[in-house]
Amino acid sequence: MTFFRSITAAAIAAAVSFGATVVRADEQHFPLQSYRVGPYAAGGTGFFGGFIDYLNLINIRDGGVNGVKLTWSEGETQYEVEKGVEVYERLKSNPGIAAWNPLSVGIAYAMIDRVTQDKVPLLTINHGRTDTTDGRVFPYVFPLLLNPYSETSGIVNYIASKEGGVESLKGKKIVVLYHGSPYGKETIPIYELLAEKYGFTVSQIEVPHPGNEQQAQWLQIRRERPDYVVLRGWGVMNPVALKTAQKTGFPAAKIIGNVWSNSEEDVIPAGDAAIGYTAITTQASGNTYPVVQEIQKVVYDAGKGNLEDKNRIGSVYHNLGIVNGILNVEAVRIAQEKFGQRTLTGDEVRWGFEHLKLDPARVEALGAKDLFHSINVTWDNHEGEGYVTFQQWDGKKWNVVSDWIAPDWALLRPIIEKSSEAYAAEKGIKVRTAEDADAIVN
Amino acid sequence: MSVHALPLPLSGTLDRRRFAWPAALLVVAYFVVPLVATSYLLEAILLPFLALSLAALGLNLLTGYCGQLSLGSAAFMAAGAFAAYNFNLRIDGLPLPVTLVLAGLTAAAVGTVFGLPSLRLKGFYLAVSTLAAQFFVQWALTKFGWFSNDNPSGVIDAPKLLVAGLAFDTATGRYLLALTVVAIVTALTVRLVNSPTGRNFIAVRDNETAARVIGVPVLRTKLLAFAISSFIIGVAGVLWAFTYLRTVEPAGFNLDRSFQILFIIIIGGLATIRGAFIGAAFFVVFPLILSRAGSFAFGGLFDSGVLDMSQRIVIGALIILLLILEPRGISALFDRVAARLGRLRGRP
Repeated sequence: MTFFRSITAAAIAAAVSFGATVVRADEQHFPLQSYRVGPYAAGGTGFFGGFIDYLNLINIRDGGVNGVKLTWSEGETQYEVEKGVEVYERLKSNPGIAAWNPLSVGIAYAMIDRVTQDKVPLLTINHGRTDTTDGRVFPYVFPLLLNPYSETSGIVNYIASKEGGVESLKGKKIVVLYHGSPYGKETIPIYELLAEKYGFTVSQIEVPHPGNEQQAQWLQIRRERPDYVVLRGWGVMNPVALKTAQKTGFPAAKIIGNVWSNSEEDVIPAGDAAIGYTAITTQASGNTYPVVQEIQKVVYDAGKGNLEDKNRIGSVYHNLGIVNGILNVEAVRIAQEKFGQRTLTGDEVRWGFEHLKLDPARVEALGAKDLFHSINVTWDNHEGEGYVTFQQWDGKKWNVVSDWIAPDWALLRPIIEKSSEAYAAEKGIKVRTAEDADAIVN
Repeated sequence: MSVHALPLPLSGTLDRRRFAWPAALLVVAYFVVPLVATSYLLEAILLPFLALSLAALGLNLLTGYCGQLSLGSAAFMAAGAFAAYNFNLRIDGLPLPVTLVLAGLTAAAVGTVFGLPSLRLKGFYLAVSTLAAQFFVQWALTKFGWFSNDNPSGVIDAPKLLVAGLAFDTATGRYLLALTVVAIVTALTVRLVNSPTGRNFIAVRDNETAARVIGVPVLRTKLLAFAISSFIIGVAGVLWAFTYLRTVEPAGFNLDRSFQILFIIIIGGLATIRGAFIGAAFFVVFPLILSRAGSFAFGGLFDSGVLDMSQRIVIGALIILLLILEPRGISALFDRVAARLGRLRGRP
């Protein structure tokens, strides 16, 4: 009897939760192609946990965005492209969709045509296809805060500042150890270009996916005696790199991690091999920021938190999810100011993203001072001039060790435009103008 | 009646009965499905189903009919997909059907090369040597940027699909295109397995020495099986890339995909044409049904990760159960059911 009772309870719960996803008046929906199992689950649970926690905070604390409630539904992708596409097709008929956040380069690539046709924004915060920065060609794709080229430029600028200016880069030697995947390879040409410009030599070494064996690569690094190693890893590749570096005698202090090699999950498994390791980030780690504190108080203390392990509150991926939540919610808020306080269409939210300007004062008002710097997205710049900072691992936590650094956008923009214009020509896309961007089509 | 033991030429009545069902299915697929199908059904179910069916059909020719075990199917799909992309990119104005055939031929060439070990190796040893194809092709596509037109991330975009000035870019259009390709290739495959070459395949599978004794050119037959099978799998790769995902990266054609195709023909039924389709339907549709049912019933209680893992357990258990109860696959199960029904209706 108890068994049947529990089944009944489950059925009722399911019916209720099913009913909740049906949009009533004034709800804005976020379909989530999340991954909570599989090789990259650490990133998935942290990021989507943080995103959902922030949406919950807005719902509980403010009653939604100007009274418009935020809803979401999840589909598991395991970071696989086919599953991502299936989930997209499954969830895209949900009413009131604001934006898509797949957190996977492969899935994002497969969605570019689809979201452009369906006229809904696709966000790839801190990753994605670099030339989608050009909003003239990719109206619905937003590599917010940091595209891969800006990240590269930020890392090189940081190394320059450590060496005492860009002139000192001359004659230096940098090794880039990259993940053997589309994501890992995306920055190969830009490192070559920067090396030529600043006069340092670069040697790029591939680590085949998933990267749990790197002895050969690190022996090669030892032979080359570089001044710095840039770690462009993902998942298990990162702790293995740090441990192998220690074994081959390369100091962790000379290894700089990229934006997907910067989490607690990357350094804790490496133990003391990670002490002194530095990595780039757009959002600082830690739970002292007001917005993280509020999530702890309002969401977790009410038992509605999404992370199972509360120790991960304020970790790098969780904070990235929170920042992503802030950007999504503020884009909706900005679009509401123009179109009214109601459920918006995808194209109206796109307009919101294209006017997403959060200066440091506004960031502070949102309780995120020092969590991230600022953003200024325009109709033709879909990245939004995100600043980066660097943090060093001391064995227990990340400590910020630099100011906010600006990547060299002026240098990168022509390269990006060249690539996006080639894409537009290949696909027969008409390059947008500012007037096109102001028109709302659905 | 001992006469039935001999391979008789197909009589007219038998013909009609054999082709009634496929013809009816085709009519439905062409005229009913496009009218009623939602974009979800087309994009998430029918398009992957068609591409995987075709790949499984190709592998079934090699493994089911000719008895050569291969774990390189995904590599041949990748060869086809990237060949089609490059032919289309580098030769201006090449019609899509020609691109498809050229892509198939490229995959066939790759398949023949990797089929050479089959002249000396058998069974598991051959399977291991076809793994080389799997790793080599993926490595080459990642290593040499030329294959993906030096796209920095190595991901390629599908071109516009135009046949004789008609655009097939909508979901329905891509579905019809894929359906046409699958129908044509399947019809040709049916012809092939009923031809002397098809019988040679079976002879080589059942007893290589005996086949040699009765004059079957074993070496040529094996290589031919590799070539034709890889051709079909290569075309399936093009469908996968151009009509279904619309983008392709080498990692999408990994060993998991090869295993998936192998499992499709084992579950569906080795050495049957419809086995490939039934198996593909099982592998595409069943996880989705489970996933929908799971999230509908338990979505409020567990997160999507737990649901996904439990689904895998259920599917694994079902596969084991099915193979214990019906080792010859779902296709044989259908036969038995049809025979029962036939007997009920008083047919012989």
